Amino acid sequence: MSAEPAATVAPAPGATGPRRGRRGARWRSPFTPYLLALPGGLWLAIFFVVPMLVMLSVSLQTGNVVDGFVQTFHFAVYPDAIRQYSDQFIRSFAYGGICTVLCVVLAYPMAYWIAFHGGRRRSTYLFLVLLPFFVSFVIRTVSWKFLLADDGVLLGNLKDIGLLPDDFRVLATSTAVIGGLTYNSFPFMLLPIYVALERMDPKLLEAADDLYAGRAAVFGRVVLPLSMPGVFAGVLLTFVPATSDYVNASILGGTSDTMIGNIIQTTFLTNADYPLASAISFILMVILLVGIFIYARVLGTRDVFEMGTR
Amino acid sequence: MTADEGPASAADAVGDARSVSAQVSTTVPTGGTGDAPPAIELVGVAKEYMSRRGAVTAVETIDLRIAEGEFFSLLGPSGCGKTTTLRMIGGFEEPSRGQILLHGQDVTSVPPNKRDVNLVFQSYALFPHLDVAGNVAFGLKRKGVARGQVRRRVGEILDLVELGALADRRPRELSGGQQQRVALARALVNRPRALLLDEPLGALDLKLRQTMQIELKRIQREVGITFVYVTHDQSEALTMSDRIAVMNKGQIEQLASPRELYERPRTRFVAGFIGTSNVLRRSVRTVTTDGTGPIAILDAGADERVIVPVHSGLGGVVTGSVVELTVRPEKINMTAARPEGDVCVLRGRVTEVVYLGTNTTYTVFTAGGDEITVFWQNSADANDLAGRGDEVWLSWREDHSYALAPSGADPAAAEAPTEPVATAG
Ligand SMILES: Nc1ncnc2c1ncn2[C@@H]1O[C@H](COP(=O)(O)OP(=O)(O)OP(=O)(O)O)[C@@H](O)[C@H]1O
Ligand SMILES: [Mg+2]
Repeated sequence: MSAEPAATVAPAPGATGPRRGRRGARWRSPFTPYLLALPGGLWLAIFFVVPMLVMLSVSLQTGNVVDGFVQTFHFAVYPDAIRQYSDQFIRSFAYGGICTVLCVVLAYPMAYWIAFHGGRRRSTYLFLVLLPFFVSFVIRTVSWKFLLADDGVLLGNLKDIGLLPDDFRVLATSTAVIGGLTYNSFPFMLLPIYVALERMDPKLLEAADDLYAGRAAVFGRVVLPLSMPGVFAGVLLTFVPATSDYVNASILGGTSDTMIGNIIQTTFLTNADYPLASAISFILMVILLVGIFIYARVLGTRDVFEMGTR
Repeated sequence: MTADEGPASAADAVGDARSVSAQVSTTVPTGGTGDAPPAIELVGVAKEYMSRRGAVTAVETIDLRIAEGEFFSLLGPSGCGKTTTLRMIGGFEEPSRGQILLHGQDVTSVPPNKRDVNLVFQSYALFPHLDVAGNVAFGLKRKGVARGQVRRRVGEILDLVELGALADRRPRELSGGQQQRVALARALVNRPRALLLDEPLGALDLKLRQTMQIELKRIQREVGITFVYVTHDQSEALTMSDRIAVMNKGQIEQLASPRELYERPRTRFVAGFIGTSNVLRRSVRTVTTDGTGPIAILDAGADERVIVPVHSGLGGVVTGSVVELTVRPEKINMTAARPEGDVCVLRGRVTEVVYLGTNTTYTVFTAGGDEITVFWQNSADANDLAGRGDEVWLSWREDHSYALAPSGADPAAAEAPTEPVATAG
């Protein structure tokens, strides 16, 4: 009886030694990272930095199209622009903000449902969400205009059967502009949230469930904190374009819904006041950058994680 | 070592169970026996998954009782239904049929967050957004334990798993073994009545795995809770468990102590899965009785003798029926001359000699056409027994022959953990 059961047993396989770190060593020259960034860097330098500098210079010129512009370093254009268009600036940020909030509220539950309950059809659902966006942005917005026209298919019929008063309108109101903005930004909110939720390990949800968390706690303590990077990205992708948008306001809005994008457009294309247009663009960009920077510092990904510990 | 303690510690465990249930008066024993109910009981549990191509049977039918404080292992090859069984106990899957009872209470359709058991996931499933302390405190906070007490208990358990110094690290800043211990602490801190572990050491390298096996066993002894341990590593199961259920194709092929499993494997599957074993398939020449009970004398050549005790787990063994018997490689003696006495004897020729340091493995091809493996201890006085091509005699004691039953569910599995598993010798 000398044999112990364990003694005859061969050690189990599966002992995985370190494996990583062999590949790539050959490639690691100090210049590699820069080389990788070179094409993109050049692209940005040519098509972003250079025009930026040109714009900055244009904004400090005076003159008109007929007589030409001269560099005068007329800095007063900046305070003048802010004073003159403060309403449109404020409106743009308000519309952009409301649109972003609406997008989060609408897109989060949908992304959640597709990610956790979409089963095998998940890609089909995503495709359906994106389907309208294969149609040109402008065409889509124009079709909204037809749909919402005072006597159009929708409102006209509802008025005919007496469900709406005759003077009811949607078009040329802030509702229409915000609606259009929200509609057009929706996928840019949905996709990053979906990606964040989809790559979440379902075992984490089971672990939370196992550790006495009810449905609300599983969501609040695990799902939400872990999906915050997606929400963060979605907010960036929605808020910035929505705030500087001009198509929705010009097609769906009235005269009192003008956004700063419309001002830039008319100043630049109609009035040909290039210095003023450049100055407004610059102001918008700086406000957005500062806002985003603060937002990133306050709610940055790392700190988002910290929130879950409370 | 562990094997010898098997039945004794199971009995101790039941003793513990009684004292525990005396303190926890909410537990109501079922069946009116007056005994404490088992910590975990599965009654006719089956699970079918619905897939695109119809139902997939993951668990055929399982009857099982696990005693309070027991270290119980589910062992079996990949896909045999171990994880599914564990997940049903944890509440993550609802059984297609049957009942699950925890301490006598039917919890078949109770969700995991309301079950007093915790699962240690194979992949650990630590919360990446929380630090070690936050992970460990998660369950206590959800249960509404007071802040100060949470801090104290988290500190205590982190000391137990020797992670106190790393309390404010994030999971991704930990090594595999440390993550494993966090996962363990996160479950243990809730003082569950049973801990379910799904191959918790699967991702670790051999050395760390062996350290953690000892560690796990120590922790289990210290906290005294029931462990249900899933593994496909037989050596792990043998060294750690009080009892082991060997699963195959969604059924329990045998449920027994490690020693029992090793020495009296019920079926060919168990014999092959646990350690190395020789299986001989022979027809029965006669059935007689010797001093210890009925024995079957099997077909063998002249001068050869193959005898196997007939036990109650077998079907009808009569003259002419075919019997499979198993004998472990280390129980076999190899000699140049035919041994005398009442032993099983086979004649053969050595076809392979593999020197393994502490022992040598010989492969012998017998006159009857079987291939037999023999382990020979390389002790101080052992000289080289035989070389390739040598004629040898193999012999072993009759009671080291063990007759195998046909594959299928172990009828003894459902019996109470207190009773010795019925395998007459
Ligand atoms: N969600 C599921 N849907 C369909 N079939 C499943 C599902 N989960 C498991 N199965 C099937 O059920 C059987 C048992 O699976 P289970 O995960 O319990 O095996 P296991 O014994 O844990 O294996 P391993 O050692 O590989 O982890 C397998 O054949 C598997 O393919
Ligand atoms: Mg498994």
